[in-house]
Amino acid sequence: MFIYLFQRLDGRQTYDYRNIRITFGTDYGCCTVSLGKTRVLAQVSCELVPPKDSRPTEGIVFFNLELSPMASPAFQPNRQSELLVTLNRQLERCLRNSKCIDTESLCVVSGEKVWQIRVDVHVLNHDGNLMDAASIAAISALSHFRRPDVAIQGRDITIFSPEERDPVALSIYHMPICVSFAFFQQGTYLLVDPCEKEEQVTDGLLVIAMNKHREICSIQSSGGIMLLKDQVLRCSKIASVKVSEITDLINKALENDKRVRKEGGRFGFAESMPKERITALKRDEAPVEMTVYPFNFVLLSCCMNLCVRIPVSSPVIVATGTGQLGEGVQSTWGLEEEDEEDECQGEMDKEEKKKKKAEKDEVMVISDSEEEEVVVLNPEAPYVFSLFSEYSYQ
Amino acid sequence: MDQIETGSGSVLREYGSEQNLLSKPDGSATFLQGDTSVLAGVYGPAEVKVNKEIYDRATLEVVVQPKVGMSSVRERAREQCVRETCEAVLLSTLHPRSSLTLILQVVHDDGSLLSCCLNAACMALMDAGLPMGRLFCGVTCAIDSDSQIITDPTAQQERESRALMTFAIDSKERNVLMSSTKGSFSVKELQQCIALSQKASEKIFQFYRDSVKRRYSKIL
Repeated sequence: MFIYLFQRLDGRQTYDYRNIRITFGTDYGCCTVSLGKTRVLAQVSCELVPPKDSRPTEGIVFFNLELSPMASPAFQPNRQSELLVTLNRQLERCLRNSKCIDTESLCVVSGEKVWQIRVDVHVLNHDGNLMDAASIAAISALSHFRRPDVAIQGRDITIFSPEERDPVALSIYHMPICVSFAFFQQGTYLLVDPCEKEEQVTDGLLVIAMNKHREICSIQSSGGIMLLKDQVLRCSKIASVKVSEITDLINKALENDKRVRKEGGRFGFAESMPKERITALKRDEAPVEMTVYPFNFVLLSCCMNLCVRIPVSSPVIVATGTGQLGEGVQSTWGLEEEDEEDECQGEMDKEEKKKKKAEKDEVMVISDSEEEEVVVLNPEAPYVFSLFSEYSYQ
Repeated sequence: MDQIETGSGSVLREYGSEQNLLSKPDGSATFLQGDTSVLAGVYGPAEVKVNKEIYDRATLEVVVQPKVGMSSVRERAREQCVRETCEAVLLSTLHPRSSLTLILQVVHDDGSLLSCCLNAACMALMDAGLPMGRLFCGVTCAIDSDSQIITDPTAQQERESRALMTFAIDSKERNVLMSSTKGSFSVKELQQCIALSQKASEKIFQFYRDSVKRRYSKIL
């Protein structure tokens, strides 16, 4: 009904995006994006791994999007839903297949060690258009991330910690960003950036991944709606405008963060928490006074005195991770064979004992079955015993 | 009267919280201690799966999500600690055959993570309006190599400590609801840490009171 009147539930126009807010965390590569009420957290991390056999000189980029059960009551932990697979696949196509990250620069020793860049995206609140928010968060986190510097001397790799040498940024060629279009009434009406209520009644969804140089990185149409060629072209024109706005926003946020870090100011999520809201409160560092309540001591020490003291020698620590209790006692594990026979089966006479000893040098045939092949390993031995036939308990 | 030599280590780092920041969960809160930040979301009371239902009380489920990688045994251990604490304070018999889900997302870990999780959980449960018999808070203490006790340690201080303990303290009688320790320490040190945590918890409970007062200042 509202769509006929060209009015949206939250008062936006057809092509309007919700407010986008990008904040960066304390460590490099951590970013939170709020697209209206949809909230997404992205974290980039890196690790040295052996490369894929088919591409020995390229690094690996791995994407993992998770729908946190916090985001919606419909999301259960550890459940592979269709939405999750779709989002993961679309994120991979948008960022990996577009080759926005230079994977050749991630190679350290060709064929042996390359950097694996891992991007984890967590959806914290679902109010529609998860794809756009996830792609903005992922590309912002990748642009913000710094990997440790390495020095290669022949085959030796030295990885420098952030204190020793400044970490190095990833080389990113362009920033592909997804823009979602929701279609209603078999393609008659279209909305940009649908919120959750709009998504639930949509007929089909068109996602265009584009960068600000007006290059389309991927197009995905789902929902089975038939779109005309000029509709798709119109959407791509709208997308290019939106993408350039969003790219400017990301760059501004990155610049801000860089400037604050350089000036030595406070940065991170703690600083980006809005202070003027009544739902938020902050307190400064507070010392804890040093005097102690006496009665707690008394109660606990009484309990300790009631315990029975068992005399136990205290353990001796020889080196970290080892302990020794007692010293110089003969080991009583692993008894000799004579001792073992002395203890058990006293009714065995000496002859049988000797036989048993001789047996242990021979091959033991366990089964009486004549179908099995008998292999004699010591041909000079005079006899071969079958274990079950010889022993008889008297 | 015994005095603990705590030196300059006995400070609580700058802490803050924001409630009701997510629209979907029934209750949500983020808690910051220094640079450590945890986001908590609560759903409940809601419908429970038949195989998980308890006939006379609500079923509490806690999920801790790490920032990088899949959740492992470490997260399960933290979930257990938080769940035991929450079950001790929640009046779950008021909602039989219902489910309460508490999800904790680690946003940044710079030490004292378990106590930050506990604090975020308590604020989220308050925001959701779930009935509780008492409030709880988490305090972490570390004993470093000079036998100095440090409250609310950073990740660097935790790594260099020889013992690390986290206590969940309740608001009514300052009892210890849950304790999780790592490393070696003497009985006297344990007692000192508990006493110090009880003292530190007063500041956090005062912070809870101030947050709620501020939040409802326009209504009251």
